[in-house]
Amino acid sequence: MLPMISVSDLHKHYRVHNRPPGVMAALKSLVHRDYKEVRAVDGITFSVEPGERVGFLGPNGAGKTTTLKVLSGLLHPTRGQVRVGGFTPKDRRDAFLSTITLVMGQKQQLMWDLPPSETFELNRGIYDISRSRFNETIAELSSWLELGSLVSKPTRQLSLGERMKCELAAALIHRPSVLFLDEPTIGLDVSMQSTIRAFIKQYNERYGATLILTSHYMDDVTALCPRVVVVDRGKLSYDGGLEELVTRIRPEKRVMLRLDRDVDASAWEGFGKVVSTEGRSVVLQVPNEQASAIITRALDAFPVEDLTIENAPLEEVMSELFSRSRAAAEEGDT
Amino acid sequence: MSLRNTVRAMPVILKVSFSEALAYRAEFMIWVLTTTMPLIMLALWSAVASEAPVGRFGQTQFTAYFLSTFIVRQLTSSWAAWQMNYEVRHGVMSMRLLKPIHPLWSYAAEHWAALPMRLVVAIPMAAIALAVVGARQLPSDPAIWGIWCASMAGAWLIGFLTGVTVGCLSFHLESSVKVMDVWFALFFMASGYLFPIVLLPSAIRHVVDWLPFRYQLGLPVEIMTGAYDRAGALWMVARQWGFVLLLLGLATIAWRTGIKRFEAYGG
Repeated sequence: MLPMISVSDLHKHYRVHNRPPGVMAALKSLVHRDYKEVRAVDGITFSVEPGERVGFLGPNGAGKTTTLKVLSGLLHPTRGQVRVGGFTPKDRRDAFLSTITLVMGQKQQLMWDLPPSETFELNRGIYDISRSRFNETIAELSSWLELGSLVSKPTRQLSLGERMKCELAAALIHRPSVLFLDEPTIGLDVSMQSTIRAFIKQYNERYGATLILTSHYMDDVTALCPRVVVVDRGKLSYDGGLEELVTRIRPEKRVMLRLDRDVDASAWEGFGKVVSTEGRSVVLQVPNEQASAIITRALDAFPVEDLTIENAPLEEVMSELFSRSRAAAEEGDT
Repeated sequence: MSLRNTVRAMPVILKVSFSEALAYRAEFMIWVLTTTMPLIMLALWSAVASEAPVGRFGQTQFTAYFLSTFIVRQLTSSWAAWQMNYEVRHGVMSMRLLKPIHPLWSYAAEHWAALPMRLVVAIPMAAIALAVVGARQLPSDPAIWGIWCASMAGAWLIGFLTGVTVGCLSFHLESSVKVMDVWFALFFMASGYLFPIVLLPSAIRHVVDWLPFRYQLGLPVEIMTGAYDRAGALWMVARQWGFVLLLLGLATIAWRTGIKRFEAYGG
């Protein structure tokens, strides 16, 4: 089976005017301008199978949004091959645009002073959706997102979370088979984030849609993306399973114990690294292969009331991955 | 998007855009207040003409001329330059480019959808004009009114295509609206908005004839106030549509080069 998305040696470079501050520099820039080349995307290769959910991660300025814009046809690549659903995105053919959607958490397509239902209707006309299919889709999306009366309130009167729910519905009215989601949960409260995540997963399962998600909230990634592609400074630094990433970067477990009495911190010597102790709770970090032995010893040695074992938090894993790839890049530069 | 699909989508786009125009009715009324200059000029020139006619314009002719100017301005104005400038600067253009309809068609549809709102102002003004100056001041030949319709379409297209061309400069400049300010300064002087073009000295009028401004406003006004016979009106409309074609070419080039830059640098 052909991949739904294939990206090969993708480069996107910008020429940026570089001007120091001050009046003299401003005047100088009138006659002579210094430009520097910014490599927003610098040779990325990956592919995504139909129906796959992929997290596209990286720090700010890593090239995530640029890549999504190239994949959706908004930006033309400087170099490299990109195919989405059998189309070359930069051609922006009607059939391609009807296959995809791009949701950007910081940009909206809803008409500000009209109810979302008007934007839905506008999209029905633009995507040439029959009335019966439109009604069916709206009913489905409304039930999943619990839109209710939201669709008939002016967009400007909706809260951020309500707007995002309607924004997602507007973006999915034509039932796209490829979803590019650029920080769809940004700024939302925990409960709304969870609603949006559940909805995205539901849509993916119902329609077999392929999705690429960028988010700085690791809960989004954990809940939605079995696979992650990590970019930093425009280069790909990891492509694989989320579990494998955690195991590779942090081959350790977090063991959280709650005891029935206080125990001195020094008593934990020989039980791995003590991450924190607070009252009767202690958090240990232990190598994966020694985890079961250490836990057995701890249960024997201390009056344990409660025990939790987890992987290292994804935020820490990502942070470590970024610092490692930066160190490697700096080493390469020198 | 193919033309067939665009035509098929147009009724829905017009319907929703009309709802949007209705939602902005307060802003629209404020805009109408900014276009009352012809009424001020009417008072001014009527006072001048009360002593003696100015050229072929007596008080009645000035009344017909400036009320017509007000109506034509209501029905042919375009805000494409400001809208595009805003959308490019704020990245909203991306949302339009993601849809299978050419953005210029959707801008045009939004303009057409606002027409009923404009008619609400223009029709009473036309009734007042008719009552004040009498039907005899207007052309009686139906063919002239057919030509007038073509001149109105041409006038709107000149305004719209100029707006698109200037709006496309936002792909290259920090802000293109200043360019539109320059255009409007020239428009006020050379379109017949402040005074009928025929009152200009012939040397200046000759220059104005080769600029697009007169065809954006003055020509439909002149046709509806009986300044031309059939042949004269047809000749002027042919010249007007020459400017339409020229601006269509310019707008197309500006759009293609602008969008290429947008695709290269993003927005």
